[in-house]
Amino acid sequence: MEKMVTHTGRMAPLVRPNIDTDQIIPQRFLKRIERAGFGRFLFADWAEDEEGEPIASFVLNRPEYRQASVLITGRNFGSGSSREHAPWSLQDRGFRVIIAPSFADIFRANCCKIGLLAVELAPDQVEALAALAEDDPAAIVTVDLEAQTVSAPGVDADFNIDPFVKHSLINGIDGIAATLERAHMITEYEELRPGFRPSLRGSGATNNGERHG
Amino acid sequence: MARVPGEPDLLYIDLHLVHEVTSPQAFEALRDAGRPVRRPDLTVATADHGVPTVDRGRGITDALSRQQVETLMANCKANGITVFGMDDPRQGIVHVVGPEQGLVQPGMTIVCGDSHTSTHGALGALALGIGTSEVEHVLATQTLPQQKPRSMAITVDGRLSPGATAKDLILGVIARIGVDGGTGHVIEYRGAAIRSLSMEGRMTVCNMSIEAGARAGMVGPDDTTADYINGRPFAPKDKGWDQALEYWGSLASDEAAAFDTEHRFDGASFEPYVTWGTNPSQAVPIGGSVPSPDEFDDVQERQAVARALEYMALEPGTPMTEIGIDRVFIGSCTNGRIEDLRAAAAAAAGRKVHPGVSVMVVPGSGLVKAQAEAEGLDRVFSDAGFEWRDAGCSMCLAMNGDSLYPGERCASTSNRNFEGRQGPAGRTHLVSPAMAAAAAISGRFVDVRVWGQ
Repeated sequence: MEKMVTHTGRMAPLVRPNIDTDQIIPQRFLKRIERAGFGRFLFADWAEDEEGEPIASFVLNRPEYRQASVLITGRNFGSGSSREHAPWSLQDRGFRVIIAPSFADIFRANCCKIGLLAVELAPDQVEALAALAEDDPAAIVTVDLEAQTVSAPGVDADFNIDPFVKHSLINGIDGIAATLERAHMITEYEELRPGFRPSLRGSGATNNGERHG
Repeated sequence: MARVPGEPDLLYIDLHLVHEVTSPQAFEALRDAGRPVRRPDLTVATADHGVPTVDRGRGITDALSRQQVETLMANCKANGITVFGMDDPRQGIVHVVGPEQGLVQPGMTIVCGDSHTSTHGALGALALGIGTSEVEHVLATQTLPQQKPRSMAITVDGRLSPGATAKDLILGVIARIGVDGGTGHVIEYRGAAIRSLSMEGRMTVCNMSIEAGARAGMVGPDDTTADYINGRPFAPKDKGWDQALEYWGSLASDEAAAFDTEHRFDGASFEPYVTWGTNPSQAVPIGGSVPSPDEFDDVQERQAVARALEYMALEPGTPMTEIGIDRVFIGSCTNGRIEDLRAAAAAAAGRKVHPGVSVMVVPGSGLVKAQAEAEGLDRVFSDAGFEWRDAGCSMCLAMNGDSLYPGERCASTSNRNFEGRQGPAGRTHLVSPAMAAAAAISGRFVDVRVWGQ
């Protein structure tokens, strides 16, 4: 996972409530089995017309927001599908921080896992940042994870974050390695699981796609 | 299973459901790290999102979808994971297959790289939708770090009004609490109207918990739960069944349990619902009409509603019963089980699809399909001019080629009416199976409570 301690960059304002992951990356782009390269599909149905031509007025197509690395957006961002392709596409496009009044749970969890920082601020603070980005696309915002602050001209805000998420992001922790260090606890637990729990062992199901049953 | 100060709880996962879209990157990362799958015996996979629902004999014609399903099959084979592939009679939507096989039981922890994993809470399990990094974590460790969520009670007293179904109940709940009303919470559905739902109905309700933003939804186990599980392939047997029953009986939450958030509704207040907008909370009873943006207080909400109406090509004030449709989709993990197909067939029986409307009926699994055929439902649908198809996610999310054309309007029994969900520029109205079938016959939305009388 990429480390995230502090980030300074330009903002792109896209303040609509309930932007769902189907908008962040439409389903037709989920067929690839690779992890990289999803950035070009970000907000595809808002960014391109039916012929695939860029819609010039869409905020991320406007030249003054091309360098933005902080997305300023509306409440309940990332609702809907659990597709991690959504944060992948934002990160691949160069975004390092998303600032919104609230996030959908699974989307936020997915962001944490890949080092994309989801910052919750009060609605008026989000609106102030969006207004700043609209007035001056070159305005710079600094997000300091250590200090839990967001600073931009005329805006100084504190944010809350789960201490474990903060620790993991700052140190770029490999969560799987950390859990595997506790493998003995997992094994102990497994030995105590009741025998009536279902298991696929010996189920006789197909492992190779041949017809069975 | 483990609690360490300063860290999230480590949750042991009793069942990991896997499908082709959110797993390939997880398997690849495991391979790259040289990590094995810890418990292939607690993992089960099926191909559902990208599989065709017609002409299966030709295989998958879309090269990327074919590669995705082939990758799933190869990953399962390499790791000793049971998979119900496209040719297996048990193949189907992962959230239909799990309960149908008896793999989902009360008190279990269940995850899947899919937001509609909340479905499985209907059987008294804690079932969480996760992303691909978490899929990798569970494959490697059979555990998931989780902060304890907040608890929410949604109590529905009394009985649903006649003609209202589990789908109408959950659409009505979401319309009232909003698409983020459940954020950060696990919802427990309680009350007489919930208790009287069948297991299929409970699955429909829990399935759409995610559409209210909840981490999970659940219903405490009772006799309906045990009766549903009993005799299924992976149900406990003999002495194990007795032990399981005793354990399940200990799980139901106390009548007086305290919740962080509570909502209480009268069952009689739920009527057949239809969505008019581009998120599942944008719904009204069938007797209602398309709202005006002016009816909303919040300025962002007004803009969002105006945008939704423009996308949906609807005028404020239009009665829902005057909205004509082009397509109908009956299926999905929300409403693709046998009871849903029976309800749709009852509305379609002896009638003909409206000229110009095309209808897809897509069973939730191969076994649901077989059951429906054994009951003659396929003939009811065919006689009515509805297409009878093979099992999969199909046009719920339109990844497999089943898709709306731009501008088409669809009555759908699925769970999301997001922009483009059923195809770019497609327009989706969420309804119950009976409402969808009646709309197919009428060519517009009708109130199933008075229709056809």
